[in-house]
Amino acid sequence: MIWRRWSFALPVVIFAGLAAGLYYGLQNDNESLPSALIDQPAPTFQLASLPGHEPGFSSADLAGHVSLVNTFASWCTPCRAEHPVLQALAATKRVPIYGIDYKDKEDAAVAWIAALGNPYTRIGADDGRVGIDWGVYGVPETFIVDRQGRIRYKHVGPLTQADLERKILPLVAKLQK
Amino acid sequence: MIRLRRNTTTVVPTDRIINLLLSFIVCSLLIAAASPAHAVRPDEMLADPALEARAREISRELRCLVCRNQSIDDSDADLAHDLRVLVRERLKSGDSNEQTIGFVRARYGDFVLLRPPFAIGTALLWGGPLLVLLLGAFAVARLYRRRDVPVPPLSAEERQRLSAVLEEEAPR
Repeated sequence: MIWRRWSFALPVVIFAGLAAGLYYGLQNDNESLPSALIDQPAPTFQLASLPGHEPGFSSADLAGHVSLVNTFASWCTPCRAEHPVLQALAATKRVPIYGIDYKDKEDAAVAWIAALGNPYTRIGADDGRVGIDWGVYGVPETFIVDRQGRIRYKHVGPLTQADLERKILPLVAKLQK
Repeated sequence: MIRLRRNTTTVVPTDRIINLLLSFIVCSLLIAAASPAHAVRPDEMLADPALEARAREISRELRCLVCRNQSIDDSDADLAHDLRVLVRERLKSGDSNEQTIGFVRARYGDFVLLRPPFAIGTALLWGGPLLVLLLGAFAVARLYRRRDVPVPPLSAEERQRLSAVLEEEAPR
């Protein structure tokens, strides 16, 4: 009976399996949720402008070209960390960045942009409703929208230079072809 | 000595026991009386109680994506507030419960549902408890079957040895 002979090892095998599973779980990023809107058309919306940054931002602005849509807010600390990355990307003019100012105070947002610079082609002020249409659950989130106006990728959390080089820019280049 | 100490400690004045019991009962009553805290603010509520009840029912099914382990009915997060208002707006505009949940699900995916739908990806989740039960039943069945193995009759040689032993032991 080979089973009899080796059954003493069963607890060890079960433990090893459990440990491997938990280790995988630790390494795995299960914080950021996948978007339900991947490959779906971007929502239709019309957002008012921030004072001094007219016009606002509407879904019509996204037509015909690949674009990044970035949600941000002046109260959001990771957005501050991400801002220089967006500034540098905007300077390369490789892809237009559109901003959704999420649940923010107008004057705070205007001051924030005045202090840190404006990487955005258009900015729209959102009270949270358009954010829900985009499936936003926390700022910053960044979407890649293709020429046909479909959402192709969503990045949750602050963008880093590495994120840009590894994921965002290759996909943008592929969609722009 | 030991017995003496034991005796002194076991003698507890009856009024102390009664006090303890009373405070226990009062605590239990208080806990039972406290309704679970909900995050719904009065200004969110709908005037129509039937519609509001439906909104509450839907809100309990929807996960707050900020806190993850709370429903939007329980959560104080900003997004939960926005979703509660949205649910009520959809209901007011005449959506059914399913349509309202579908609206939120289309934006946030299955994760927003606190009761995940049965699909290939969730089969293990739903079937897991049944699987464990079956495995347990199988293990128990095996254990009993092993116990019930019929004892083979004694061979002639064994019988001979047995009677020899019995004879030896038998009182004369």
